[in-house]
Amino acid sequence: MSNEGVIYRISGPVVTATGMSAAMYDVVRVGHEGLMGEVIELHGEKAVIQVYEDTSGIRPGEPVLNTQETLSVSLGPGLLTQIYDGIQRPLPTLEKEMGVFITRGVDADAFDLEKIWTFEPQVAVGDEVVGGQVIGHVQETETIIHKIMVPPTANGTVKSIESGDFNVTQTICVLEDGTEMQMMQKWPVRTPRPFQQKYAPDTPLITGMRILDFLFPLAKGGAAGIPGPFGSGKTVTQQSLAKYSDAQLVVYIGCGERGNEMTEVLDEFPHLIDPNTGKPLMERTVMIANTSNMPVAAREASVYTGITIAEYFRDMGYDVALMADSTSRWAEAMREISSRLEEMPGEEGYPAYLSSRIAEFYERAGRVETLSGDDGSVTVIGAVSPPGGDISEPVSQGTLRIVKVFWGLDAGLARQRHFPAINWLNSYSLYPQSLDQWFRDNISQDFPEVRTQISGLLQIESELQEIVQLVGSDALPTDQQLTLEVARMIREFFLQQNGFHDVDAYCDIHLQYKMAKAILSFQDAAKSAMASGAQLNDVVNVPSRSDLMRGRFEKGYVDAIESMVDTMTAEIAATVEDN
Amino acid sequence: MTGKEYRTITDVKGPLVFLNKTEPVAFGEIVTLRLSNGTIKNGQVLDTSDDLVIVQVFEGTSKIDREAGVTFMGDVFKLPVSTDLVGRILDGAGRPRDGGPEIVAEQKEDIIGAAINPYSRQSPNDFIQTGVSAIDLCTSLVRGQKLPIFSASGLPHNDIALQIARQAKLKDSDEEFVVVFCAMGITAEEYNFFRSDLERTGALENAVLFVNLADDPAVERIITPRLALTAAEYLAFEKDYHVLVIYTDMTNYCDALRQIGAAREEVPGRRGYPGYMYTDLAMLYERAGLVKGKKGSITQFPILTMPGDDITHPIPDLSGYITEGQIVISRELHQQGIYPPINVLPSLSRLMGSCIGEKTTREDHKSVSDQMYAAYAQGRELRGLVAIVGEDALNERDKQLLDFSGVFEDKFLRQTRDEDRSIEETLDLCWTLMSSIDTKYLVRLDQKWIDKYHPDNKA
Ligand SMILES: Nc1ncnc2c1ncn2[C@@H]1O[C@H](COP(=O)(O)OP(=O)(O)O)[C@@H](O)[C@H]1O
Ligand SMILES: [Mg+2]
Repeated sequence: MSNEGVIYRISGPVVTATGMSAAMYDVVRVGHEGLMGEVIELHGEKAVIQVYEDTSGIRPGEPVLNTQETLSVSLGPGLLTQIYDGIQRPLPTLEKEMGVFITRGVDADAFDLEKIWTFEPQVAVGDEVVGGQVIGHVQETETIIHKIMVPPTANGTVKSIESGDFNVTQTICVLEDGTEMQMMQKWPVRTPRPFQQKYAPDTPLITGMRILDFLFPLAKGGAAGIPGPFGSGKTVTQQSLAKYSDAQLVVYIGCGERGNEMTEVLDEFPHLIDPNTGKPLMERTVMIANTSNMPVAAREASVYTGITIAEYFRDMGYDVALMADSTSRWAEAMREISSRLEEMPGEEGYPAYLSSRIAEFYERAGRVETLSGDDGSVTVIGAVSPPGGDISEPVSQGTLRIVKVFWGLDAGLARQRHFPAINWLNSYSLYPQSLDQWFRDNISQDFPEVRTQISGLLQIESELQEIVQLVGSDALPTDQQLTLEVARMIREFFLQQNGFHDVDAYCDIHLQYKMAKAILSFQDAAKSAMASGAQLNDVVNVPSRSDLMRGRFEKGYVDAIESMVDTMTAEIAATVEDN
Repeated sequence: MTGKEYRTITDVKGPLVFLNKTEPVAFGEIVTLRLSNGTIKNGQVLDTSDDLVIVQVFEGTSKIDREAGVTFMGDVFKLPVSTDLVGRILDGAGRPRDGGPEIVAEQKEDIIGAAINPYSRQSPNDFIQTGVSAIDLCTSLVRGQKLPIFSASGLPHNDIALQIARQAKLKDSDEEFVVVFCAMGITAEEYNFFRSDLERTGALENAVLFVNLADDPAVERIITPRLALTAAEYLAFEKDYHVLVIYTDMTNYCDALRQIGAAREEVPGRRGYPGYMYTDLAMLYERAGLVKGKKGSITQFPILTMPGDDITHPIPDLSGYITEGQIVISRELHQQGIYPPINVLPSLSRLMGSCIGEKTTREDHKSVSDQMYAAYAQGRELRGLVAIVGEDALNERDKQLLDFSGVFEDKFLRQTRDEDRSIEETLDLCWTLMSSIDTKYLVRLDQKWIDKYHPDNKA
């Protein structure tokens, strides 16, 4: 058989070809227009292909050509600041070629192959190099040095190495065995990139969102799931993470969601500054947008395209964070293709391999020793969109089995406009133990204890609330009423954080700690004043407390907060004398 | 090109016809079927191979037998478009229904529509004043948004949609919308209601109607919204119109999808709806928006009735995951005799942040909206508590909030069907109503707006 066959059948995005030799995951060109597709099943001499573009108008009998390559991404300088579709075609190029509507049959290079970069070598002629080793670098953006690595599968002795201005396809290094290396390399998206070993995570990904960093921290190299019904805040949370988290690089995948949300990111990010580096945010970002109305097969591929790019930057020794909004749409793409293949369905029509695909995807997160001996990480944060908000469904369950952090969004909180609407009673992080040392060393010795006190107060509140529902709060003893006040302060002052506020949307981790301490100071001051006869009402209503709480909306709060706390405790103490 | 006629039907099942021994037929190709009694039906290819072709018949398969002649038309479904569409009434398959002439095509457009490149979109940010206080204050509509009405049977969603269609305008502008109205499986009575209202106000001359009624073929409903959106895209992106698309009822559309899925023996998703319904709905809803370099816009106002008033039912649920918010109609408010019975609490406009404020509506809009919402939400919650512990157990603040929730419904929500309140009137009304609450409890209002707008300070 040759690598050319003909179409036998077309059913939506699934096309069957006959008369062609094919292996699983071969990339093929379908029909007279050469639409891109991928072999996903072999049946005797029939190859079943998922096609990444719309198939209407295509007929049986049209040619199919097997390229004999596997679905791969191009990796090299030029990736940053790009926005791609699910199969790494840059959307600006598609606009140039097709206009504002995405038609089909257009190929586009992942980045500018002609652009000249200044390559600085880091190895010399005669050096032994191995797969993954850094042989030089280019300054890709103001913030990011793009390291050029030996492809993972190559190694040998350097015969020649260049220095100076080259484009990504020119040879910059040759090995004794004749292997030529360029700044651009390719990697098949469905194969995880290799590394030396995985480490246990020990550093938090600081997000600037208090409820996340303080109560449910995520480790660099960890994985988190954010399930929630529509309108509960998945996208706003993911976008905040992309803006403020202290990852060095961000890969943002808009997977089967709204077009306008990607436009928003595109409009906003170029004007934003990374609070961690003070540099433009866009320069550390790669975006993938395969929105809900774009072809489902490309949606299925989009998460793999994204994570492969993330791994590539990890291999340079960077901490990369990847957001996928929403993994449920990816799972639905799998379901749709699977049903076209007439596979035996598992739960809710999803293919039986759903949970293993989810697990394999999150397993590509991790903190690793790279092939070149550096330390790099990929942190994965996946939004999940459970039907009706009910997380007993297969995608949520498959995700929860594998991720160690669960940020559960709650429709009720969103309706109360308590944002981020993360439910503090059922969310969890399994990382605190491994991260506590970091918090002690870098923030404060008693950080874990402060966290325990804060979350303890929230627990007690939920128990007290049950009583309040029955008898009203006035029936409680005053010490319990005070506990309710303190818990309310935790919720309104600490947990709530408007993702769109100029100042408060991002909260420095040191400030987070000071705010938590301020709440505990209030509790202590109130307790001792009330023990000396002060009235709860007076204690709660000291004006300096509302000043303290409002202060978070002003710049410079981190320096002012301690003296505001002092003023408050003094005022509370004074309520004793007033009596 | 019109090919030869085949008489090779093997099976007929639900809305589907299966036939074999054809020449190569394109996926998505349009098909005509000639019945032995001379009737002509139309359909579209859903699956094609050397051995078997599956055709979905829009008018239903009644009277089709194995002798029916099948002709493949050589092309996918296209709608002839021109500005002559404006002022016309077409049926659910795009044929004149008003006795007028066929549309003379300026061009023909594929009704499936291509996806707008996300990079080519432009963020919507022009506030549309609907004149309905609940919407303008709490779920502000933006030109280019897709904002559905989640309703249920027996509720006045049609009145609300029509009121919006009549009153919607950009503030300080009299640029008009062209209304593209798409009926899917609604009753003749409902249709007449829409039509006569559009006629009465003269809006019909500025509208295009695509009409598939309850007794029209169910499968045709699959294409009706696509025709409407194709017309909308042409008018917006080729002819610079601002288009408001109202389609009703999405629930009938989804039921037609389910019917086809069942006939194909597909593995059903939740409640029997196809697993791909999310994607299918997205292919409609995402055809709203603005694009770079084009003057026109498409704003969508889909109406759906929630089966069993259940917002977690797949139809509202999947819609809510795609649209940019939702306006929720409440049976409880309707039963209290309040029009429009909009429950602002579960309602949301995701694009509101970009369209309100000093430059577009008024500087105090956000602050007032947050406060009205919060006070109403707390008041509503207190109703539950009062039912248990009695009103006497409430403190002063709670009493005021409880009373306010009634005032909110009676004075703020309630307005007549032709009452067109400007956003300033709405905001002024809010200040008047909020003055029944002590300012010290109005913690979401910025002090500077209290100083400027509170009735106590204005006098
Ligand atoms: N952290 C937040 N701060 C302020 N508003 C928020 C926040 N999170 C969500 N919201 C509000 O909720 C709406 C829906 O959030 P979104 O992230 O789009 O939900 P989802 O992706 O879960 O459907 C937003 O438009 C915004 O009004
Ligand atoms: Mg979202």
